[in-house]
Amino acid sequence: MSEAVSALKGESHTGFATVAEAGLTGMVTIRADLGSKTLADALGPMGLSVPGLRGVVAADGRSLAWMSPDELMLFCGYDEAPKIAADLTAAFGGEHSLVVNVSDMRSLFVVSGAKGDEVLMKLCPVDMATLPQMEMRRTRAAQTGVAFWRSGPGEIRLICFRSVAGYMMGLLEVSSRRGGEIF
Amino acid sequence: MSTRLATGGRLIDRSKSLTFTFDGKPMRGFQGDTLAAALLAGGQVLLGRSFKYHRPRGLLASGAEEPNALVNLGRNARQEPDQRVTMTELFDGLEASSQNRWPSLAFDIGAINDKLYKMFPAGFYYKTFMISLGAWAKVFEPVIRRAAGLGNAAKEADPDRYEQAYAFCDVLVAGGGVAGLAAALSEGRAGKRVILMEMTAHWGGRAPVDGGLIDGLSPDDWIAKTLAELRTLPNVRLMERTMVAGMHLHGSIIAYERVADHTPGDGRPRHRLWRVRPGITINAAGATERPLAFAGNDVPGVMLASAVRDYIVNWAVSPGDRVVVVANNDDAYRTALAVLDAGLSVPAVIDARDNVTGVLPMQVKARGVRILEGRGIARVLGRTGVTGVAICAQAGEGGVIETLPCDCVAMSGGWSPNVHLWSHVGGKLSWDADAALFRPDATRPPTGRDGGPIAASVGAANGLLTLDAIAAEAGMSAEVEPEAPLAPVWIMPAGATQALRYKSFLDFQNDVKVSDVELAAREGYTSVEHTKRYTTLGMASDQGKSSNINGLAILSDALGQTIPETGTTTFRPPYNPISFGAMAGEARGELFQPRRRTAMQDWHEAQHYHWEPVGFWRRPYCYPKAGESHRDAVNREIVNTRTNVGVLDASTLGKILVKGPDAGKFLDMMYTNMMSTLPVGKCRYGLMCNENGFLSDDGVVVRLSEDSWLCHTTSGGADRIHAHMEDWLQCEWWDWKVWTANLTEQYAQIAVVGPKARKVLEALGGMDVSKAALPFMGWAEGTLAGLPVRVYRISFSGELSYEIAVPANMGAALWDKVIAAGKAFGMMPYGTEALHVMRAEKGFIMIGDETDGTVIPQDLGLGWAISKKKADYIGKRAQQRSFMVAPDRWQLVGLETLDGSVLPDGAYATAEGFNANGQRNTQGRVTSSYYSPTLKKGIAMGLVPNGPARMGEVLEFPAGDKLFRARIVDPCFYDKEGEKSDV
Repeated sequence: MSEAVSALKGESHTGFATVAEAGLTGMVTIRADLGSKTLADALGPMGLSVPGLRGVVAADGRSLAWMSPDELMLFCGYDEAPKIAADLTAAFGGEHSLVVNVSDMRSLFVVSGAKGDEVLMKLCPVDMATLPQMEMRRTRAAQTGVAFWRSGPGEIRLICFRSVAGYMMGLLEVSSRRGGEIF
Repeated sequence: MSTRLATGGRLIDRSKSLTFTFDGKPMRGFQGDTLAAALLAGGQVLLGRSFKYHRPRGLLASGAEEPNALVNLGRNARQEPDQRVTMTELFDGLEASSQNRWPSLAFDIGAINDKLYKMFPAGFYYKTFMISLGAWAKVFEPVIRRAAGLGNAAKEADPDRYEQAYAFCDVLVAGGGVAGLAAALSEGRAGKRVILMEMTAHWGGRAPVDGGLIDGLSPDDWIAKTLAELRTLPNVRLMERTMVAGMHLHGSIIAYERVADHTPGDGRPRHRLWRVRPGITINAAGATERPLAFAGNDVPGVMLASAVRDYIVNWAVSPGDRVVVVANNDDAYRTALAVLDAGLSVPAVIDARDNVTGVLPMQVKARGVRILEGRGIARVLGRTGVTGVAICAQAGEGGVIETLPCDCVAMSGGWSPNVHLWSHVGGKLSWDADAALFRPDATRPPTGRDGGPIAASVGAANGLLTLDAIAAEAGMSAEVEPEAPLAPVWIMPAGATQALRYKSFLDFQNDVKVSDVELAAREGYTSVEHTKRYTTLGMASDQGKSSNINGLAILSDALGQTIPETGTTTFRPPYNPISFGAMAGEARGELFQPRRRTAMQDWHEAQHYHWEPVGFWRRPYCYPKAGESHRDAVNREIVNTRTNVGVLDASTLGKILVKGPDAGKFLDMMYTNMMSTLPVGKCRYGLMCNENGFLSDDGVVVRLSEDSWLCHTTSGGADRIHAHMEDWLQCEWWDWKVWTANLTEQYAQIAVVGPKARKVLEALGGMDVSKAALPFMGWAEGTLAGLPVRVYRISFSGELSYEIAVPANMGAALWDKVIAAGKAFGMMPYGTEALHVMRAEKGFIMIGDETDGTVIPQDLGLGWAISKKKADYIGKRAQQRSFMVAPDRWQLVGLETLDGSVLPDGAYATAEGFNANGQRNTQGRVTSSYYSPTLKKGIAMGLVPNGPARMGEVLEFPAGDKLFRARIVDPCFYDKEGEKSDV
């Protein structure tokens, strides 16, 4: 897998906040009945449970995000994603579900710094002031679809499709330029 | 002569001197000046030429309503026309120049228009341009474009940065005067999330100039105290230099922050456009003083009374030594007092009312000023500046009683509440006959999604024009001189002669006079909206802030009806102009649109590829070598692919995973052909139709496992088809057990195509790609060059072809290995045009070329891909309608010119006779047309009525001055048996 490279190879910029592409990240889409006991049992060994509405849970460096009433996204190591997808698929057995490794189709960005909110205020129609920690927002940044959540103090993680990673970095860079602080 | 006063000026800092230029002339001002104040302080009364008559114009106002004083700011890339000097904060090094004059502001040739004013009545354009369309294009438009208009746009790209932002709150307060500050404080204390926006750089509005006491404090002290408390509230945000530009549906707000106009070059974005979602918007935007309509009311030096005292009190600028006040109300006497306090002279106050006994007039009288009751101005003396006024009886026709020398006229016709925000999305107004103004009707507010109000009005914007009324509304107390009622005066004198009406301006910015509105009424314009467009009243960049009420009052009088019967024109956002930069925000240059990039895009760019847009992708069209034309490159790529091997970046193809116990049943509905019976390990070409039976998309479907399929879509169709699938699953077949996932971007896809394709894959190594192991229309998973791949034996070119899917993050690595392995076999990359030509040589249709939303699969000879066994599929019923099965439908054929030339794409074949519109009848059209380097001649496909039954017939295609003759042939021009792809 050493020949895998992320869309922007970890590009980053620092203005009044730091914006960076996070590099290779494992992502697994799970579409299923989120109330399924099989699902809960399969997640248990990873220390994860099914998040509630718009919630994100994390354990051991992995995060699990609620994406819709029948869809979750698991964030993990890039190299472990194929096995996790295969294991979950096997765990579901004949139970109707779709688990697929989607690690290559999206790019993950990290916006960090005390004024990180102001970067996204310029791009996303989201009430940042009321967005709690670990809550997923599926929205848009300027003209492209994104999803993001507060992953820690002063840190926001954002995903978009891989093909628009360059556009996304352009948006984040220009929106975090010094002098552009809103408050 | 205007000048700077020795003392005073509450907004200026005399210790900070700034330099600027006007028409190249160096001038000085102070920190805190507006450009208007600094120009006036420097004696520059004449500031521009009017739009239509090129009349000399100076400042009318001190704020956003200013119609005249628009200048050009900056130069080269930072040149910006039509900037209001009243809204421009002075900064060091500012460069301003006057507009709409030639050769100079003082001597302007265009002023001849003013002498010819009778030739330019209302509706002049419409009347003139009815002469002929040709005359418009050749004569009038070029002349008018040169003569009219104000400033010129910059010719270079704007180097400044602009951005947008989103905000949310419970209460948005528009306007930071006393009413707005009080409203924000009240809501803030109640714990609401409040945003207070003030369009200028200063809080408090008019109160500090107009005086009085609020809760026992001077306005300045009350403002400071209120701001101090507001700043302690974490739930309140104060935004200066931010204009609430408009209210839109559901109460969403656009606001315009001028972040760095006054500090150019400090690295900040220049403007920021805000989109705000408030629970409710409180309009506290104040009121605008109305001019009076008398002859010469536009001569430089005639100003609104409030503006005269603003310049004196705020910026210590005297607009003139001898200021005549003309009014119909008591408030204007405040100007007389301010002039006197500044040590200047008031020769008289001309009051249109007969008995003037108010407190303010008596204060003025007590200071020895003549008050001329029942009088008006017959006309203003002077042309480029006021030299005096001729006084007449207001009740008369303008006979001059006396003449008074003066150099400034301060006029006041009363005030109009700034109801714009209230009205933008339908808040209604009521006419207050006593105060002669439209005020918001609180019983008919603009409403939101739940039918509840989304706006409220306070203060002067609510029709409360005195400090005590404003304070009382906010639950405070105030002391201020009481005011006697005004007398509605719409023209001065009341019986003004036509000659006077020709020089009495209503709309200063668009040069609309009393006579123009009256002419419109005589010519039958009874609707205020029609009159507005016919006369252009209120249509300039000031949107008639100072002219609308006067104009509709004149119209009402001419029509013999009341003002509320006439009504107002529609208030539309933005309240004041906002920059295109702010509207564009970050969407410029590289960020104009999202640009989608495949994993191999860097490589394509390194080859200096020629690209074409496909959705937001930039797909390689061809890869020209040095000195090679695009056409030659395409031909080379095709010949090389057909003789050796080519490689194509096919990553953009849509890839949708469909899984579940009901997935087969679902796909049988989605596609016209049978997908449930496709064996695992196999691929099948499929067609998708919409509910009306028309062909919507096509692509290869892959059976991955017992319960999962991968559906390839067109590059442009991936998101649309995925949404189409989810729509049916979520809304119609919600109980079917099917999951989908759009995996389009998960895989980079590389097509290796041509007779030597297998050799390239064998050189990469890792899996058996022989015909036996991986036959045509089969697929297999394995590794190539050590990378995990899935390989499909599918062909869109008619050649031996492998499409290799690899995780996108490894796409570049595999591409490099394929390129390297292909070298030994003469492999070259090819682009979309070669792909198009090769598919046309094979007679394969292309969605968007052979289809246009009116074509069904049966039209394209694709009956073989329509299952006869299935009970239903999306589009089946529609395809059974009578006209869908009519024998004369236009159907797909090949077209071959008799001389081998290339048919023009889209050309129509003519038939005998003419249609009802006198046009030639047609019998078919070209849908795809190319030069085929394989066949060394032009080939085409087209739709022809009952075409397949007309093989061999020759059709005529006129195009320009040429006539193309083409024979109807089979659409497959190459390898009809399909032997080459199945090897």
